[in-house]
Amino acid sequence: MSGAVLHSGAPRVWQRFTPGQRIARSLLYIVTAIAVVWSIKTIEIIPEFLYDAPEQTADLFKRMWPFDWAFYPKAIHHALIETFHIATLGTILAIVLALPLSFLAARNFTRNPVLNFVAQFIFVSSRSVNSLIWALLFVAVFGPGALSGVLSIAFRSIGFVGKLFGEALEEAQRGPIEALTAAGAPRSMVLAKGYWPQVEPAFWSVALLRWDINIRESAVLGLVGAGGIGVALDAALNNLYWDQVGLILAVIFAVVIVTEIVTSTIRKRII
Amino acid sequence: MTAVTNESVLLSIRNLRKEYRPGQPVLKDISLDIDASGITAIIGPSGTGKSTLIRCINRLVDPTAGEILFEGQDLAKLSGQALRQARRRIGMVFQEYNLVERLSVIENVLSGRLGYVPAWRAFLRKFPAEDVTRAFDLIDAVGLNEDFATRRADALSGGQRQRVGIARAIMQNPALVLADEPTSSLDPKTSVEIMDLMADLSAKRGVPIIINIHNVELAKRYAGRIIGMTGGEVVYDGPPAGLKPDHLKHIYGGEDFL
Repeated sequence: MSGAVLHSGAPRVWQRFTPGQRIARSLLYIVTAIAVVWSIKTIEIIPEFLYDAPEQTADLFKRMWPFDWAFYPKAIHHALIETFHIATLGTILAIVLALPLSFLAARNFTRNPVLNFVAQFIFVSSRSVNSLIWALLFVAVFGPGALSGVLSIAFRSIGFVGKLFGEALEEAQRGPIEALTAAGAPRSMVLAKGYWPQVEPAFWSVALLRWDINIRESAVLGLVGAGGIGVALDAALNNLYWDQVGLILAVIFAVVIVTEIVTSTIRKRII
Repeated sequence: MTAVTNESVLLSIRNLRKEYRPGQPVLKDISLDIDASGITAIIGPSGTGKSTLIRCINRLVDPTAGEILFEGQDLAKLSGQALRQARRRIGMVFQEYNLVERLSVIENVLSGRLGYVPAWRAFLRKFPAEDVTRAFDLIDAVGLNEDFATRRADALSGGQRQRVGIARAIMQNPALVLADEPTSSLDPKTSVEIMDLMADLSAKRGVPIIINIHNVELAKRYAGRIIGMTGGEVVYDGPPAGLKPDHLKHIYGGEDFL
């Protein structure tokens, strides 16, 4: 009511939140504090272990250094190459399986809610299972080794690649699609000359990102027997050969950095 | 109804009706005959169904009722391959050009042939030699020189893009070209250049053009026939000379703009 009168004398008040919002926010702070206290109690930290943690860490590093360099040509190199192959083959297999599904999932390309849902459902199932769990399943079926590793990487990646590529398809501009349709182009041509040029950068970007992630993931698959450098890491850990563990961790770190640099360089070139 | 067999009539629209929502027609039983030559301009306020009318002809929009007779077929009834083959005979030029931005100019022009060439040729970018020659000729004909052919569409200005869009439409060897607000995204000078180009191509190649246009002055200047629409109905149909301020008042509602 006084809002209509300018310079009416009475100081005009502005507050960011309404009283109801202020109460809700205070409650939220209290609930957060309770949750923190509760969870600290639940995880049962053993104080003695906490106190000597710095000492233990220093000790661990001491035992890792110097690295057992001779171990690299003996076991690590071969396992490292295998890790690369698991990641690469797994990514390629995932792309092959995910591409058709992403076209089914894209609502602008496939105008059928049932098919959209089926594809989305497969993506969610693929992504909701961690690649280590997939590996446990595949090791049980196909036995230990790189094949299980490739399949678990692929099955975990289908959801990731399919979802992101499907979303890129849905963001494709309608105009060019309409123009090709109006010219009497069949659907396969509309796909190849209308959709594909628009989503090509997204496709390569998703594929490279997933390959990058898969290199890291396939490094640990060996812990459950699915091949790669993780097998060597597992063996070294079990035998308490800390100088070998240290070397393997350093190699994984170096590889991850190199793939990061490679993929980001390529991605920049494509887009 | 189909008894009208006038040789000069290319396209015959009979009682065309379109309802996006049942009971709310955007086009109210429109009937029109379009001759096999010349430029026909459709004018009218935004939201009056001009775009819907043009898109019903090549079935980017499916009509609710009515007939669209073109080269001996009712386009409203076609589907699948028969519809695609009919669409090849109708070129279209868009307001936003609708080029595939990441492809080169020549490939955009060649995509006018996608309804004709076998799939493998398009996939491998091995278009028939006569198509490639024609594409280069058309790039020339729309006023772009050979340097533009290999440039990516996203490197062009609006006017240049529309020239590519026109070349793509003509590349189809169409019996009819539809143009949906082809100059609305362009500056006044470029608009005139684009209209000049379309009028020139239409006359030289004997292709009739149906054009939706906001600019009444351009419509009067280039079209041989003006169709005024308002509220989903045709309220003026005749030569530009016959279009009087009273008609415009009726078409656009009010006179402040005159």
